Amino acid sequence: MTQIFGDFIEYLPAGPEYLIIGFSPSSVPLKQRWRNNGLSADFLADYLATFFPTVESDRTTIDRKAEIRSAVSYIANELLENAMKFNDETSDYPISIRLQLQRDKLVFSIANSIPPRAVSKFQAYIQELTTSDPGELYIRQLEKNAADETLTTSGLGLLTMVNDYMAKIGWKFETVQKNPEVITVTTMVQLTV
Amino acid sequence: MEIKTEDYSIWYDSTTSTVNCQGSLRLSGMDEYAPIVQLLNDVAEEEPPIITLNLRELEFLNSSGISMLSKFVIKVRQKKTIEIVVIGSKGIPWQGKSLKNLQRLMPSLKLELES
Repeated sequence: MTQIFGDFIEYLPAGPEYLIIGFSPSSVPLKQRWRNNGLSADFLADYLATFFPTVESDRTTIDRKAEIRSAVSYIANELLENAMKFNDETSDYPISIRLQLQRDKLVFSIANSIPPRAVSKFQAYIQELTTSDPGELYIRQLEKNAADETLTTSGLGLLTMVNDYMAKIGWKFETVQKNPEVITVTTMVQLTV
Repeated sequence: MEIKTEDYSIWYDSTTSTVNCQGSLRLSGMDEYAPIVQLLNDVAEEEPPIITLNLRELEFLNSSGISMLSKFVIKVRQKKTIEIVVIGSKGIPWQGKSLKNLQRLMPSLKLELES
C-alpha cells in the first residue's frame, strides 16, 4: 500500500548531479552516531556548493553560495536527525538521503522505516502541517514547547523548513514487507534556488 | 558560568550580562540541551535589566536548539523586568532566516544582525 501527502513528486526526472548517502542500522546503533548527522549534512552542503561558483568581484554570488550551503546543511541535518530519531529500530531497512540538483531547485529525499504504530500520529501531524498557516503553527509550537517541560522533541524541524526556508514538503508511505510489517516513509523537500 | 566542548562554547559574562554562544550546536533533543538551559535559566534568575545574547559566531543551530532559545525568550518575557538584545551576523545565513521568529515571541526583543 502506498500513500502520498503534500508536495511529493513520485517520478522525479533524474538530474545530472546527485549524491546519495546510506546508513545501515545494523552496524553501530544509530543513536550512538548522532555526530554523523552534522558531518553528513555539511558534506552534502560543501559538495553542492561547488555547483554555485563565485566571482570575487560580485558579492551576490558569494552571498548566494553561502546561503545555499547553509540551507542544505540545515535541512539535511534536520532530515537526518528525524530519520535517526523516528526510524523503526526493529527493522534493518537502511536509511538513505539523496540530494539532487535540478535547474531551479534542490530536491532532498530521505527514506527510513517507521514503527507501524507510529504511522497514524505522524500522518496527523502531516495533516496539521499541510493545512495550517506555517507562521502561526510555528509560534504555537514554540509556546507549547515552553509550556511543557516533558517534551523530548521540539516538533520544529519540518516547520522551520517551511516557515524559514520556504521549502515544499511531501511524504510517501509504503508497506514494503508483511510479517513482520515494515513501513517506510520517504520525505521529499524541495528548495527553490 | 561556562560550557565548552570541541564543537561549541557558551559562557556568561556577568559584567556585561552577555551570554556568548560560539560554534555549532546540534545536540540531540532537549535532554542534551539541559545544561545549556540551566545556564540560561540561572542568568534569567539573576534578573539583570538587559540580557544580551551574542550569537555572532554561532555557525549552526539545529531545531532543538532553536526551541531552547525560544523557551529562554518566553521565560524572560514572563518575568516582565528584563530586556533582551540578540546580536547576530549577516554572514551566517540561518540567523537572518530564523532569529526573527524570536521577535514574534517577544516584540520588544531587539535583534541586531551585524555585517
